[in-house]
Amino acid sequence: MIGGLFIYNHKGEVLISRVYRDDIGRNAVDAFRVNVIHARQQVRSPVTNIARTSFFHVKRANIWVAAVTKQNVNASMVFEFLLKVTDCMQSYFGKVSEENIKNNFVLIYELLDEILDFGYPQNTDTGVLKTFITQQGIRTQTKEEQAQITSQVTGQIGWRREGIKYRRNELFLDVLEYVNLLMSPQGQVLSAHVAGKVVMKSYLSGMPECKFGINDKIIMEAKGKPTADESAARTGKTAIVIDDCQFHQCVKLSKFETEHSISFIPPDGEFELMRYRTTKDISLPFRVIPLVREVGRTKMEVKVVVKSNFKPSLLAQKIEIRIPTPLNTSGVQLLCMKGKAKYKASENAIVWKIKRMGGMKESQLSAEIELLQTDTKKKWTRPPISMNFEVPFAPSGFKVRYLKVFEPKLNYSDHDVIKWVRYIGRSGLYETRC
Amino acid sequence: MTDSKYFTTTKKGEIFELKSELNSEKKEKKREAVKKVIASMTVGKDVSALFPDVVNCMQTDNLELKKLVYLYLMNYAKSQPDMAIMAVNTFVKDCEDPNPLIRALAVRTMGCIRVDKITEYLCEPLRKCLKDEDPYVRKTAAVCVAKLHDINASLVEDQGFLDQLKELLSDSNPMVVANAVAALSEINEASSSGVPLVEMNTQTINKLLTALNECTEWGQVFILDSISNYSPKDEREAQSICERITPRLAHANAAVVLSAVKVLMKLMEMMAPDADFVVNLSKKLAPPLVTLLSSEPEVQYVALRNINLIVQKRPDILKNEMKVFFVKYNDPIYVKLEKLDIMIRLANQSNIAQVLSELKEYATEVDVDFVRKAVRAIGRCAIKVEPSAERCVSTLLDLIQTKVNYVVQEAIVVIKDIFRKYPNRYESIISTLCENLDTLDEPEARGSMIWIIGEYAERIDNADELLESFLEGFQDESTQVQLQLLTAIVKLFLKRPADTQELVQQVLTLATQDSDNPDLRDRGFIYWRLLSTDPAAAREVVLADKPLISEETDLLEPSLLDELVCHIASLASVYHKPPSAFVEGRGLGSSRRALPTRSGSQDILESSPSHGERSGVIPTQESLIGDLLTMDLGGPPVASSVPAAPFASSGLDLLSGGLDGLLSDSPSVPPQQAAATAAPSVGLLGDIFGLAPSASASYIAPKQMWLPAARGKGLEITGTFSRRNGQIQMEMTMTNRAMQPMIQFAVQLNKNSFGLVPAAPLHVVSPLAPNQSYEAVLLLNPTGPVQRMEPLTNLQVAIKNNIDVFYFAVVMPMNVFFAEDGQMDKRVFLSTWKDIPAANEVQYTINNVNLSADAVSSKMQQNNVFTIAKRNVEGQDMLYQSLKLVNGIWILSELKMQPGNPTLILAVKTRAPDVSTGVNTAFDAILHS
Repeated sequence: MIGGLFIYNHKGEVLISRVYRDDIGRNAVDAFRVNVIHARQQVRSPVTNIARTSFFHVKRANIWVAAVTKQNVNASMVFEFLLKVTDCMQSYFGKVSEENIKNNFVLIYELLDEILDFGYPQNTDTGVLKTFITQQGIRTQTKEEQAQITSQVTGQIGWRREGIKYRRNELFLDVLEYVNLLMSPQGQVLSAHVAGKVVMKSYLSGMPECKFGINDKIIMEAKGKPTADESAARTGKTAIVIDDCQFHQCVKLSKFETEHSISFIPPDGEFELMRYRTTKDISLPFRVIPLVREVGRTKMEVKVVVKSNFKPSLLAQKIEIRIPTPLNTSGVQLLCMKGKAKYKASENAIVWKIKRMGGMKESQLSAEIELLQTDTKKKWTRPPISMNFEVPFAPSGFKVRYLKVFEPKLNYSDHDVIKWVRYIGRSGLYETRC
Repeated sequence: MTDSKYFTTTKKGEIFELKSELNSEKKEKKREAVKKVIASMTVGKDVSALFPDVVNCMQTDNLELKKLVYLYLMNYAKSQPDMAIMAVNTFVKDCEDPNPLIRALAVRTMGCIRVDKITEYLCEPLRKCLKDEDPYVRKTAAVCVAKLHDINASLVEDQGFLDQLKELLSDSNPMVVANAVAALSEINEASSSGVPLVEMNTQTINKLLTALNECTEWGQVFILDSISNYSPKDEREAQSICERITPRLAHANAAVVLSAVKVLMKLMEMMAPDADFVVNLSKKLAPPLVTLLSSEPEVQYVALRNINLIVQKRPDILKNEMKVFFVKYNDPIYVKLEKLDIMIRLANQSNIAQVLSELKEYATEVDVDFVRKAVRAIGRCAIKVEPSAERCVSTLLDLIQTKVNYVVQEAIVVIKDIFRKYPNRYESIISTLCENLDTLDEPEARGSMIWIIGEYAERIDNADELLESFLEGFQDESTQVQLQLLTAIVKLFLKRPADTQELVQQVLTLATQDSDNPDLRDRGFIYWRLLSTDPAAAREVVLADKPLISEETDLLEPSLLDELVCHIASLASVYHKPPSAFVEGRGLGSSRRALPTRSGSQDILESSPSHGERSGVIPTQESLIGDLLTMDLGGPPVASSVPAAPFASSGLDLLSGGLDGLLSDSPSVPPQQAAATAAPSVGLLGDIFGLAPSASASYIAPKQMWLPAARGKGLEITGTFSRRNGQIQMEMTMTNRAMQPMIQFAVQLNKNSFGLVPAAPLHVVSPLAPNQSYEAVLLLNPTGPVQRMEPLTNLQVAIKNNIDVFYFAVVMPMNVFFAEDGQMDKRVFLSTWKDIPAANEVQYTINNVNLSADAVSSKMQQNNVFTIAKRNVEGQDMLYQSLKLVNGIWILSELKMQPGNPTLILAVKTRAPDVSTGVNTAFDAILHS
């Protein structure tokens, strides 16, 4: 298991060091600094083995978080745990920076003591941790409160406490999708997938049992309804094929496996209910058509056309197209029909921003790039053109069919709960090669 | 004011100041002081001098302060054991505290203080805490048992903590169960005897599976990892475990997913590979694995390293997911390199076009390592997917045209491999390669180029000039290039002896007189002597046909792969090394994991010790010779075989060709004898080729009616022959259909082709009552007088009883004569195959066999037919097998099979062609059993 956990600043100075096991000595701290942080080349792996000691690290901004072990530990667990540690710090004191870490080192030690015991990760749910690890120091707790804390830390429903009350029972569902695309210069889709998540904000009293329904093909077919095609023909809605989905720990996985129903008792407040991935029938909101022409050795012409491909009634926002330019660019002349375009020398790219764009529209940018003569024979490698945007629909076709709330002990019913659903499609890695 | 100020105190006399602050009356000041101490401790200053003062602050009702003091204690108690005793009282008291958080804190901290005297005091509180009413305390105490075991293992065993821990496995709280499992696993692993102290059984596994649904994500990981060490008793149990674990694949935590994958991969080994259950499960595994690729890069990296193993073990799972492994521009380099590796493994004829266009794209990227690997990957595609070879070569030529130095060098190295794989097909490009001669500065690329020039010297007009140009700086070249140059020039000389004599003299002088390198010198001398004594032999040695190289060169060795599959998700799977390679110390004897085998296999015991020798590099006799004589291409070790030269190392062809030539006049060693001397290396070779015996019982033909009751005056005999434990047995069911009992049974065999005689008298229950059946087994020895029978395996039997003597003849299946020591050494196989005249070769077709080459191979092996080599030619699998009859006749065979085509072609070669038909019949029967 994890033998020790160290946090360093960018210079390699130790900010936090907590050793859990006897086989990890103080020299481990230095070994990592010398061999990884101060290493001359770029880090080639997140796992490093130095003298039979293995170091796992993640880097957030300038901060290195490293776990050390001498055993054959579960590597995926160590990384998941390190990521949880950074999440946890973030939710306690915001950005993970040197200053924040120094300011909160007592708290961090206290957290590390709680969430890692002899190198074994314990409950890392920040919601629960915040109930008993506070910066306020002593808070006299009654015996009941103490018992409640411990039962919650270890409990079957470790993510929710009893006795929550709201005057207005309300819940919000955000379906947030990231469309990823890699397209060849000829417009052929090399790979495309949607990584989606459903984020829920629940303000519900008691211990409500929720049932969540989506238009996943398997789920809909399992419900004994007519086949997806038939019902689609009738209702005008289609079922989508979800390649894979993952759920928050509150969802009863065994029930999902056997009955294909998503049921859970939600944590209070915001959480990520599910993550999913689709690869079929994705409606790509935008298409980028690049045209790059190298005119001699000192000049290049670039023409980029952007087409929007969704219902004309909808509006896309925050559109940004990033067209990389060679390193030896000396000047750029730009001409665009819509939005603003700028050459950013520091980023070696032309950044073209469009605030809003309706569906089924098209816009174009042309640029003349002047190049300096260079003697390097090496060709410029033409990184892909990338794009950012936000659209008010789910590109995968994902639909929430229902979310029912049952709380038999309290006197509110499903109808009394106010529910909001919102769909947002964003760009993930949305790239077109040129 | 914030806490960061504590980091900035660097004054002199600081310790003294802290001391007074720690002893201050004001609580607030005390707390500040402890914080400063901890901050100093963090940055590595020695504050152990403050020990008594800090311990004095321990008695407080402030939980935050208490935690800080405990933290200090954990760090320094070891260096100040005497003073640490002062803290014991407080600990013991805290363990009784009404607040469960404090009880847990105390027991947690106490376990971390590695001082013997404190450990003594720990036992009583720990015992209480393991039974605490609060689950939070119990789960902390469970881990504490593991801590105590780490400090003093015998104490834990003596005090009965193990039993208490076992009881916690049935705890009502899932988190307590999870921690107890984690502690138990660790204790088992560390067990010095190598025997797990606590065995899992069906009941505990059931409890764990129940807790699995309810505990935290980490708890699920502990439980899954622990289940992965359990071997279910049968296939049904394995299936039910799989069913209960499958839902975990949808968990958001990658560790849970990978641990579940580990258990599933392991248990799938216990089931028939084509069972519906396995097929379905395989389908379910793909999506979660793909999803792991959208997690954080570090997790992706771990996932990719594991996918690399999974793709090798079960290629079907991800065969349609090529696209998700395409490299993204912004992926970190470690993710890119791993993806590339997997892309090549998944490449096949249907997706090769896509893969190639991607690889070409990658070859223009920035990162040098990545570009090199991409170029190498193109070469590997050419070797792996034959129809694409042409495209790959032209892609490589395009890349060479870019003139980017390292791309050119890498391309030349892989083109050499392509030449090796497809000789005489792409030589037209040599001229393009030669243009880049000057730019090559890496030994591997230079060596490759020199090899190409030497190999094709007859087609390159100025080969002598080119090689001569290399010779100028001979002393400065690396050994690899020197050896290569030596061989290339000798090749050139043998091909064009007229005008290159001077050159060869020069290089031989350089190698034998001016070099300090023994390898180089030895090779020089060998060549020199060969050339001066027998140029014809030299020709045969140096210019012999090379074995083709195969695509499987970069696969992990199968037994290592199997072991790593048992370690999916762990560090071992990230390093692709067994844990013993990077973990030191305790309990390693026990930690070696093996995949479970399918039920019915008998010799787990037999095969497991050899497991131990197999991991890592195998120094076979072959590889040593390879070093000495190889062409030093530095290319991947070649594990392929051709009918002409089925050897494991590229250098061997030289030797074998030479041996053939050198030994042709001398009396050749009888093959049996040679096989016997070479036996140890055969075992290793078998292992390399994945032929470790996984045998179940050998084939036994169904019983046939030998003597009907009508002819036997009421005695009915049905029977068959089998081979068990190296002995031929005649198995008979004797039934008395008559009205009176039978007694005085005896048997006699007529002289026969194999000299079979009964090893013991026939024993039949006496009397054999009417309507009674008796299973008689008669052991036979091939030691009697021999007389040729027609057909060869005909056996005439006489059975006598009190009624009469009965005669009947049976034709024995040939396979019972296949001896256990029928594995022939590769080289002997080769020479024997060559020696037997072609007229002795007989071909047969065997219909309706729906088995893969490996399945055939293992099936045959169970019947003492040993696969010597396997190779793939134009989509056809060829198996070369040997077997030996009990009378010492060797039989060599070649099985040709086409995937998807149920018809096999069998060619049998032996010095005694009479047995061929019988062998064919036996093969047929075995394959259809």
